[in-house]
Formats: sequence, structure tokens, C-alpha cells
Amino acid sequence: MSKVVRKQADEVDLETYSQTAEEHPYEEDPSRLPSDDKGRMLEAGVVLDSSSQRSGTFLQIDHSVVHCKAAEEGLEVMASTGALEKYPWLSDYWWQAVAVDADKFTAEAERHQNYGYFIRALPGVKATQPVQACLYIGRHGLAQNVHNLIIAEEGSELHIITGCTIAPIVTEGLHIGVSEFYIKKGAKVTFTMIHNWAPKMAVRPRTGVVIEEGGVFLSNYICLKPVRTLQMYPTVRCVGENALVRFNNVLVATSGSKMDVGSRAILAARGARAEIISRAITTGGSIIARGHLVGQVADVKGHLECRGLILSEEGNIRAIPELDGQVAGVDLSHEAAVGKIAEEEVEYLMARGLSRSQAVAVIVRGFLSVDIEGLPPQIEAQLQRAIELSEKEIL
Amino acid sequence: MLRVEGLTVEVGGKEIIHSVSLNIGVGETHALFGPNGSGKTTLLMAIMGFPRYQVTKGCILFKGEDITRLPVDERARLGMGIAFQRPPVVRGVKAREMVRACMGEREDGPVIDEMAIRLNLGELLDREINYGFSGGEIKRSELLQLLAQSPELVLLDEPDSGVDLVNIALVGEMINELLQKERMRTRTHAGLIITHTGHILDYVNADKAYVLLDGSLWCQGNARELLASIKSHGYEGCAVCQK
Repeated sequence: MSKVVRKQADEVDLETYSQTAEEHPYEEDPSRLPSDDKGRMLEAGVVLDSSSQRSGTFLQIDHSVVHCKAAEEGLEVMASTGALEKYPWLSDYWWQAVAVDADKFTAEAERHQNYGYFIRALPGVKATQPVQACLYIGRHGLAQNVHNLIIAEEGSELHIITGCTIAPIVTEGLHIGVSEFYIKKGAKVTFTMIHNWAPKMAVRPRTGVVIEEGGVFLSNYICLKPVRTLQMYPTVRCVGENALVRFNNVLVATSGSKMDVGSRAILAARGARAEIISRAITTGGSIIARGHLVGQVADVKGHLECRGLILSEEGNIRAIPELDGQVAGVDLSHEAAVGKIAEEEVEYLMARGLSRSQAVAVIVRGFLSVDIEGLPPQIEAQLQRAIELSEKEIL
Repeated sequence: MLRVEGLTVEVGGKEIIHSVSLNIGVGETHALFGPNGSGKTTLLMAIMGFPRYQVTKGCILFKGEDITRLPVDERARLGMGIAFQRPPVVRGVKAREMVRACMGEREDGPVIDEMAIRLNLGELLDREINYGFSGGEIKRSELLQLLAQSPELVLLDEPDSGVDLVNIALVGEMINELLQKERMRTRTHAGLIITHTGHILDYVNADKAYVLLDGSLWCQGNARELLASIKSHGYEGCAVCQK
């Protein structure tokens, strides 16, 4: 066991990454950024040319906050460090959903924090458009350690798109992202995160979510591009009655990519519900798809679904679903299936006149297109676009 | 249009079809009767070219071309289409996408919707293909795909099984459309229909029928006469009749 732990810890040596980056100037109009960078950001769902599509924007390049703006009444978008200065009461939230001593990455984020965003919807405010946040690495070999804080006050609604990506010249680096979400009574947050990394990137998101009574948290995570090592296990605590969480993870591991991605829901109040859905494809990389449902009180319900497609001889997928019912009266279930594309399905499509490769493409596209209930059409289009952009690499 | 000569078919190394020959002319509709397990589906799947159904002897000619070794997609593109008895569920792929795939170059959104509405399948278009479909919905969805594909040779595997009385007339009407039954002299399509019960023949006229027993064509003749005989004597009667 200790061997395994040491091996995992050694995958990312913090000392090998640079902690310093040149300062990037603040940009009042982000559409004036170089088109190469904007193109990369757009692929990760961040639109800088048409501000009318977003309720707010936060843009960080390396260790500089380059732009931040809330474009709608009742929304706040700023750097998390600035928010802590502005609102001393935020210390009640800081490191409360994620433990600062959880591992060396959370400790690193505390020791060498480089901003991160603060997004808040005031009570009852329902944002009409998504708020977007972009964490961009422009310097090769850099460590970027951000700490984000999201608060949806009572009865509010927020859609957040986070695009984490890198400049075309960057192939190596480290991204540590601590994210703490607080979903207050009756509030709803849809959080869509698109990760577009590079073959030598190490990525360690650390996410904690607390949902109060009747609150809803819908998380969509997409990582379709190569990454050397990605490991995350966001944990949601449903502390209020009838809290609801739904995770949708879509992963593609190309050759050389190692992804260890899980989702955990702790159902700690009556009527709480959780659904974890993951779709994983390997074209040569290695994926561990984890899921953990904990039923701590009666009258809670959780379902975990993991499906994996192995499209290459070299790739592998391990699905590790865990159900932890701690009292009577919990309803927890899971289903998992890992394998290659069923020949019968390919032939079914071929009987309609599609070639073998066309049939496989249709099946793979269908596999990745998770139907996400309650997703705004814009975000759905964004997810679809991310999948289409990666199709050539997958097939 | 379709000529099958001395076809012998193995599945998993076991011979299921023994030297079957049949000939379907342009504009004709033939029916294939036979008890469960007699090899009807195996024969149809071999004609369509699914690799699991290995042709060990004989040949299949379509529009004069020997297609015995052609893969299934090439046969489809030549103008052959099949309605499956039990098609697989393809998760994530919507019925609409399947229909679109069938239309190929002729893709046309409104036409798909109109066809689906005619088949009482409007709401099913945006569901995953065959996932949670009832028996009748599967049959109609298969026909919808064939209508979109408009093949010259239509192979139908039990289009009437699991279809309720309300929908069987509709299924019949769609098959007649596929087979251009409204035309008398200018038909360019032909069909081979597997039916276990014969119900579909109350709605679709067949020019000829065959009885398949234990993988061999036992007899052939007028579809109505054969069906009447099977109804009164059962398939056991067919076997005795030949002896």
C-alpha cells in the first residue's frame, strides 16, 4: 500500500515547476488579446469577442488577473484574494469545503496561491447568461496555483463555465485548482468545466461543495485532450434536506495520458439525491473512473453510472464504484460497463449503408454526448463543440 | 433482382442453412414461413452479409452481380435494406441520427419528421435508438429507417411480431409503400418477408412463399394457399406432406 501511495505522490514533483511568471497587464477589453490565445480559450468555452453571451468574465493568465467583470446586477466576479480583503467574513468559507491539509497540493495552493476567482450571486438573483472563468497558462513549465470561491446565495441561480487551458507553446506545467462551492437554500449552480491541456501537463483540481436545503449543483466536466496526469475527486456534501447533485464526467485518454477522476456525494440530509454519470474513452491512455456515494441518513437516493469504451489495445479503464450505506433506508445503486464497441452495433449501422469507420464515429459521438437535464442550450452547444473538436484525435 | 443459389450457411461452425435456392424478380414480394429455429433469420442475415453468418457453399446474386463476399455496408449501398427483428440498442445515438444516416446524401430534416409522424414515431425521434422501445415501436422504427433508405430489395424479419391490431394496418401500409405496391407495372423494388404467423399477409400481398424447415426449403408456392395449409395442418403437416 505504501508503495502505491509513494508512486502516486511521485507523479508530480512540485520542485520541477517554476513559481514565477512575468506580469501580464490588465486588459479592459479582453477581445484585444492575441488571437492565438483567444482561440485556445474559445476551445475551452471562453468567449471573449462577444461579451453579450456572458453575465461576467474572469480571466487569469499565469499569475496575473487580466480581466474581471460582472455584467449583471446582483452578480460579483473578482479575484478571490481581492474578495477576501473586501469581505472579511469570507474567512468563514475559505478552506471550509476543502481541507487545507488534504494533501500536498492543497498545502501548495495555500503556500503559493496565485489568485483564482470569486463568483457570487446575491440572494434571489438568477443570472440570465453564464459567467465564464478562464485559467490560462502562457508560460512553459509554470506552476499555477489558484483558489476559487463560489457562493450562490439563497434562491439564486448561476451558470458557470470554466475553461482551463494553455498557450500553444506550453506543453509542460502544473495546474492546481482549489474550488469551494457554497450552494445556499434553494439556490442552483450549473458548473461546466472544460479542460484542454497538453501531453506533459500535471493537473490537480481539488473541489469541495456544500449544498443546503433544496439546493442544486449540476457539474459537467469534460477532458478530451492529452494530459500527462490528472487526478481529482470532487466531494459534495448535501447537508440540507432535498439537496440535489448531479455529476457528468466525460473523459478521453489518449496515449500517454493518465486520468484518475472520481466524484463523491455525501448524502447527509433527508431527501438528498445524487447522480454520478461518467463516460470514459481510452485511445491508448489509462483511466480510473471512481464514484463514491455515502448515505448517512435515511430517505436519501443515489445512483452511479460508469461506462467505458476501450478503442485501442494499449489503453485501459478501471471503474471503481463505491456505495456506502451507513443506515437503513438509503437507496444507493450503481452500474458499470467497460469494453470495446459492440460489433453488433457497428454492423447495425453498416446495414444502413455507413462504412465501418463512419459507424464507429457515430457510436463514439453518441457515447460521449451525455444528455444533461437542465443544461442551458448555450452550454450544451459548447459541450457538443468540445466533443466535435476532439473527434479527429479520438478516431 | 435477387438470386440465391445452393446457399449453405454456418453460424459458429454449425451448418444452419442447407443448399437453399430462391429467385425474386423485380417488383415481386416473397414470403418465408417456418417454425421457430428453422433458420429464417439466418438466411436473411446471410443474404444481407453479416459476417457471423458464413456462406460455405453457393452464391448470392443481386441485380446480376455476385455479392457473396461483399461486406454488409456495400450491399446496403447497392440497394439492399433490412428491418431487424431484434435490433441492438445503441446508447447515445438518437433515432433521428439513424434515420439521417439511412438517408445518406438525401438528408432532409422535415422529411424525417413527416415520415416519423406518419409512423406514430414523432416523439421517438429524439430518443436513443431502440432504448426502452416497445415491440411495436421497434418494428415501426425499423420501417422508418428503411423508408429513409428506400432500398430496392427489402428484407423484413418478422415485421408483424409484437405489433398490436391498431398498428399492424399501419405497418402493412408502410411495407406496401416500401414495395411500391401502388404501382402495377413500374415497380423497381422487391421484398422478402419472414413471417411466423402470416398476419402481415392480410395487409401485404405476396406473390410467392416458401416454407423453411430445419434449414432447407421444404416447399414453395402460392402464399395464401401455403399459409392456409400451415394454419390447418401446422408445420408438422408440411413435413408429412413431403414424405
